[in-house]
Amino acid sequence: MADVTPLLVATGLKRHFGGLRAVDGVDFSLPAGEIRAIIGPNGAGKTTFVSLLSGRLEPSEGRVTFAGEDVTRLPAYRRVQRGIAYTFQITNIYLTKSVADNVRVAVESRARRERGVEFEAATLEALQAVGLEDRAETPAGELAYGHQRLLEVAMGLALRPKLLILDEPTQGLSDAEIRAFIALVRRIAETATVLLIEHNMDVVMALADRITVLARGQVLAEGTPAEIRANSEVQAAYLGTPC
Amino acid sequence: MSRAAFARNAWLVLAVLAVLFSLQFVLPDYQVLMATRMMLLAVFALGFNALLGYVGLLSLGHALFFACGLYASGLTVYHFGWGLPAAFVFAVGASAVLALLIGAVALRTIRVSFMIVTLMFAQVGALTVLYFAAWTNGQEGLSLPASARVADLGVATLDLTDALTRYNIAYGLLAASLLILLVYLGSARGRIATAVRDNEGRTEMLGFNVFAAKLEMFVLSGAMSGAAGAAYGLLFGYLGATFASFQYSIEPLLFTLLGGAGTLLGPLVGVLFMVGLIDKLSELTTAYLLVIGVVLIVLILWFPKGILGTVRERWLPWLM
Repeated sequence: MADVTPLLVATGLKRHFGGLRAVDGVDFSLPAGEIRAIIGPNGAGKTTFVSLLSGRLEPSEGRVTFAGEDVTRLPAYRRVQRGIAYTFQITNIYLTKSVADNVRVAVESRARRERGVEFEAATLEALQAVGLEDRAETPAGELAYGHQRLLEVAMGLALRPKLLILDEPTQGLSDAEIRAFIALVRRIAETATVLLIEHNMDVVMALADRITVLARGQVLAEGTPAEIRANSEVQAAYLGTPC
Repeated sequence: MSRAAFARNAWLVLAVLAVLFSLQFVLPDYQVLMATRMMLLAVFALGFNALLGYVGLLSLGHALFFACGLYASGLTVYHFGWGLPAAFVFAVGASAVLALLIGAVALRTIRVSFMIVTLMFAQVGALTVLYFAAWTNGQEGLSLPASARVADLGVATLDLTDALTRYNIAYGLLAASLLILLVYLGSARGRIATAVRDNEGRTEMLGFNVFAAKLEMFVLSGAMSGAAGAAYGLLFGYLGATFASFQYSIEPLLFTLLGGAGTLLGPLVGVLFMVGLIDKLSELTTAYLLVIGVVLIVLILWFPKGILGTVRERWLPWLM
């Protein structure tokens, strides 16, 4: 993978909240087509880091480059338009709209950028990808929690992103739902790069091509799942600590 | 919104408009005057509800746009002798531009701050009217001259001292406002507006410029309120500083809450009930405002969604 142009590059990325250095000089490079997991103990700055990538927060210092373009100063919605989709850590959907209408908002976003988007076909396709096509007319607020998470992924997919950022997607899901979710992420990865923040080590080990470990706002280690598992520093900082 | 649901809403609006049109043939003179006033206030409330009901922004300063329309049309007629159609078009444009400028500032705030900022702008507007008393004649106001009570449309002249002429102009403005909102809300833009109302963060992270969507509705809302003010001034021939006062910022809020925020016809229903009630009560007692206050408290406690909001919740889920 060494000769692949990276899809996303972060250079010297910092974000300080007063005295707290949530993200403190992160260099990060993500090649296209990869599934990358970001792990780290609570408070390591994972969510802050991906918020800087998605544009929900502005960095105190550093640069973010996406598909060869400097996006550091772009607001979040413009980054979404360029292909960075983000699913929230806490489920974030339109509770009063129907499942299909939720997805339609995302399809509308794509239709504003691309010509010839088949509205209903694209909506159905995203729903089928997560298996929610039978619930299309149900108000989203009436879905079970696991289904709401899937709906959020469907909205991300309907954007046809180049990069899909999933912030703790399996939190609160049952074991069976997690298994289905792993299969879903593998399918998504056939067409998009996936950046995954995850606490569940089984999910990380099953999915990630490479893992980046954050601790105290800095990159502690980066490597394949096998390398990370064997890394004594990581074990000390993270794997050894009971969650 | 499905096509079937949109069609039902369209038929409902057309049916309501048909009833309103036919009322002029049955109502006695005094009621025609009342209905004309109500329809113009309904246009004002429709503009207000576009903002509150469909993007979830509560403005406490909409009197500013009503007064902007009122004075922009009235003063050009009074001082420069403009024709009524030109003055009206100018007033709507001026209100839209004012809304664009104020929206660009006020929309940087949210919730309570937004309410306070809009309120402050409206107070500036009210004081401006008084400050330029040489032009506006301050609190006393101006009455438009008899020559300004005739609208020359080229093909026809309209006599604004005639009650039915006024009724039909107000009716035309209400019909246009309702149809514009119906089409807007049924379009993709309407879907984005309600998406912003329901979940701003999610909408931004789906790639929409939330600020621009809010500003667009703010301008539409301001222009509609300005159109109502312009028509009010020109049809009744009086420009007064009261129209810029806080009372006129609160009234559209009351009409909208009573009729149902976020329902297309709610503001109209709210105006009919509230203005009708005030009219009847003021014949019986001088303390009619007390009764209005009690009615409002009862409504907010037991029917917080307003009349049409409650109807939608219980019986007609397809209502826009």
